[in-house]
Amino acid sequence: MLPIRESFILAGILFTLGVIGVLARRNLVFILMSIEVMLNAAGLAFVVAGAQWRQPDGQVVFLFILAMAAAELSVGLALVLELYRQYKTLDTDVLSRMRG
Amino acid sequence: MTIVFYVSSAVAIAATVLMLTRVRAVHALLYLIVSLLAVAVIFYVLGAPFVAALELIIYAGAIMVLFVFVVMLLNLGEETVRAERALLAPSMWIGPSVLAAILLAEFIWMLARGGVPPAQAVSIGPVEVGISLFGPYLIGVELTSMLLLGGLVGAYHLGSRKAPHTEVTHATHP
Amino acid sequence: MLDLLWLVPAIPFASAFVLAVFGPRMRSKAVAVLGAGAIAVPAVLMLLIAAAFVSAPPAGGAYTQVLWTWIGVGSFRPAIAFYLDALSLVMVVVVTFVSFLIHVYSTEFMRGDEGYSRFFAYMNLFVASMVTLLLADNLLLLYLGWEGVGLCSYLLIGFWYQDPVNGLAGRKAFIVTRVGDTAMAVGLFLLFHSLGTLRIQDLLHTASDQWQIGSPYAVAAAALLLGGAVGKSAQLPLQTWLPDAMAGPTPTSALIHAATMVTAGVYLIARTHGLYELAPQVQLAVAVTGAATLLMAGCSALTQNDIKRVLAYSTISQIGYMFFALGVGAWGAAIFHFMTHAFFKALLFLAAGVVIEALHHEHNIFRMGGLRKELPAAFWTFLIGGCALAGLPLITAGYYSKDLILWSAANSTAGTAGLWVAGIAGVVLTSLYTFRLIFVVFFGQPATPVSHRPGPAMMIPAFVLAFLSITAGFATTPFAAFMAKALPELHEGGMGMSEVINSTVAGLAFLAGLLVAWYAYLSNPALGRAAATSRVGRVLHRFWFSDWGMDWFYDRLFVWPVVWSAKANKADIVDSIYTGLTRLAALCHRYFSLTETGRLRWYAAWIAGGSAFAVAIAMFL
Repeated sequence: MLPIRESFILAGILFTLGVIGVLARRNLVFILMSIEVMLNAAGLAFVVAGAQWRQPDGQVVFLFILAMAAAELSVGLALVLELYRQYKTLDTDVLSRMRG
Repeated sequence: MTIVFYVSSAVAIAATVLMLTRVRAVHALLYLIVSLLAVAVIFYVLGAPFVAALELIIYAGAIMVLFVFVVMLLNLGEETVRAERALLAPSMWIGPSVLAAILLAEFIWMLARGGVPPAQAVSIGPVEVGISLFGPYLIGVELTSMLLLGGLVGAYHLGSRKAPHTEVTHATHP
Repeated sequence: MLDLLWLVPAIPFASAFVLAVFGPRMRSKAVAVLGAGAIAVPAVLMLLIAAAFVSAPPAGGAYTQVLWTWIGVGSFRPAIAFYLDALSLVMVVVVTFVSFLIHVYSTEFMRGDEGYSRFFAYMNLFVASMVTLLLADNLLLLYLGWEGVGLCSYLLIGFWYQDPVNGLAGRKAFIVTRVGDTAMAVGLFLLFHSLGTLRIQDLLHTASDQWQIGSPYAVAAAALLLGGAVGKSAQLPLQTWLPDAMAGPTPTSALIHAATMVTAGVYLIARTHGLYELAPQVQLAVAVTGAATLLMAGCSALTQNDIKRVLAYSTISQIGYMFFALGVGAWGAAIFHFMTHAFFKALLFLAAGVVIEALHHEHNIFRMGGLRKELPAAFWTFLIGGCALAGLPLITAGYYSKDLILWSAANSTAGTAGLWVAGIAGVVLTSLYTFRLIFVVFFGQPATPVSHRPGPAMMIPAFVLAFLSITAGFATTPFAAFMAKALPELHEGGMGMSEVINSTVAGLAFLAGLLVAWYAYLSNPALGRAAATSRVGRVLHRFWFSDWGMDWFYDRLFVWPVVWSAKANKADIVDSIYTGLTRLAALCHRYFSLTETGRLRWYAAWIAGGSAFAVAIAMFL
């Protein structure tokens, strides 16, 4: 017997922890890490669903999420470097030039 | 197997919470890696050994190494650590926690209402995944390759130091 | 010979084009030769065509020349085609001939004017349009000519456009006739919709086959066409534009606003006489309109002091006689009166133009006077024209045509005693205002010195017209026989008044008017002044002088509400919806932009809150 329901709950908990991280932290590096947690939780939910229906599709989607995370992170980290180079800070509340 | 699942779940949650509350980026990264490893174990338990391996290799390995490099390049000193500590006041956590709790409650409520039938443990190995990936999902693979290429080009462009004039366009904003 | 018919409108049109494009660079002598010559050729051609038509009448009494199909849409295939029968032949001959004389007159009258070539371009275009109107085989082509002459009328009234008053007069003419033209256009739609053709001859046949006498379709179509005719011919209630149209050059007034264009309405009704026979109510309305107009305009003519305005009101009045004749079914008499009127009214305008130019553009008749000896040629021609207008018995053409109309009113099944009395009253009025004009202008003491004497180019056309104004009347019997080929004859009946009694009464009416005018304006001028300054006289004078207050009335009825609503709506209420939209958008912009804090965490919080909300909706709904 697979712990399907428990796995889903775990995915939910990890996802909400990621949300808390995004909302509470102000350092860009931490926000990116929290996003990784959220993506990982979403991937977990897919894999669990795949195991539930005994299909490989869940895993395939996880692979796509993995590739997407890699691309997102490479661009995101490059932005972080550039921002730090220009503003000498990573605090998102300070980097608020796009105010309306 | 059930015990392994629960233990690794506990480790994943604990490591994530610790990651969130760290002040130093490198410490947080190490906890994140622990969390990812725990999730890899859960993948294995769920009968997805291929994905578990990939989680280890790519997530915990390659992506985190990228993170480490960036953190090292940033070279955040003691000053930042102190500033970070000041920002982590307990009141900062209340709002996000409430919001996240609502989301989680909704999620669990829906899960409970929907009812999940129990499933037999069947391992789905790399062969099935590979057949599926290069069968019906071929276009997805092609698109992913393009996305990665785009990420590569974007990261290279942003990372190159020859773009000082971007500063000027920002300055015109009122 | 008949197949040269197309040249009659084509030559003036080509000449108008040449004058419009190259005119400003041509010498004025060349302009005069081209402008007048382009009318002379069609006039001569038309006389030859008329001779051929009379000597060897075409089969069926009508000749049709189809040039090409104008528009081809399904069964709607109006052609550029000309239809020549006795009616259009008479009209075209008169129009081209009088036009030619007036063009010759214009070459001298307009000499030295800045817009010399422009004037002739307009005039030639007018003749082309008028001939197209008259020869049109179908109502659509007729409408093209109809609008063409309206355009030329507008252009020529406002010819001296530097003076805004002239421009206003042109616009007034254009807009007022537009009211009638719209009715006419609707009438054409109705006819095409119900009969499926616009060819006039087919139309009349089909109409008499399909419709009973008095059927609502026939009444509606005839009434709508009458609307167009009333507008173009300046009849009640759309007559207000014609007196103001005198702002144009005098040859224009003579040609367009007296002899030819304003009688287009008469032609239209005569052309579509079959429709009016199917709608006796509308035919009666034509007669009543004519009678009312001739009396009202006659009264107004009595009070005017601008020589051209007197003649304008007299034109309205005389066209009233033509409508009157059409209304009682005396189709031939109406066309006969059109012809004599074209001669004597053109003559009067030409003579008036001589007087006006001689007195250095003086229009007020009370500042003329005593011109009998100074301008004898003008006096005699004007006198002949005036006698023809008033109907001097036995000699002048106007007497014969008017006498015929009056006799028809008494002896037609459609005529009534009331109409006949109105006609006789009109004769008295006509005689009265005509001789008032003659006595005031040519008798009495000279008031303004003569500065300019007319040359032969101005006087010879007047002499020719004077000759015709007298002799045309002797052709009554052959003319009637000729017209009977195209138009139905009078349905005799009614009162059965003998010709002798009718002619005697008309002659006496003329004499009565002449005597009153002689007494009030020549023998005892104080009496005329006293009549005009007494209380009743003053009120009547003001009332008639202002054309029975029609302009005032229309001003209140149509212009004021529009001006008032325009003023009330100065802020543009309709537009406020759209400005309100932009204001709303700007307001939303201001408030929504407050949410753009630039803080990443806030955005993320909004996304998280939004997804929590969306999931909640999915849960509870």
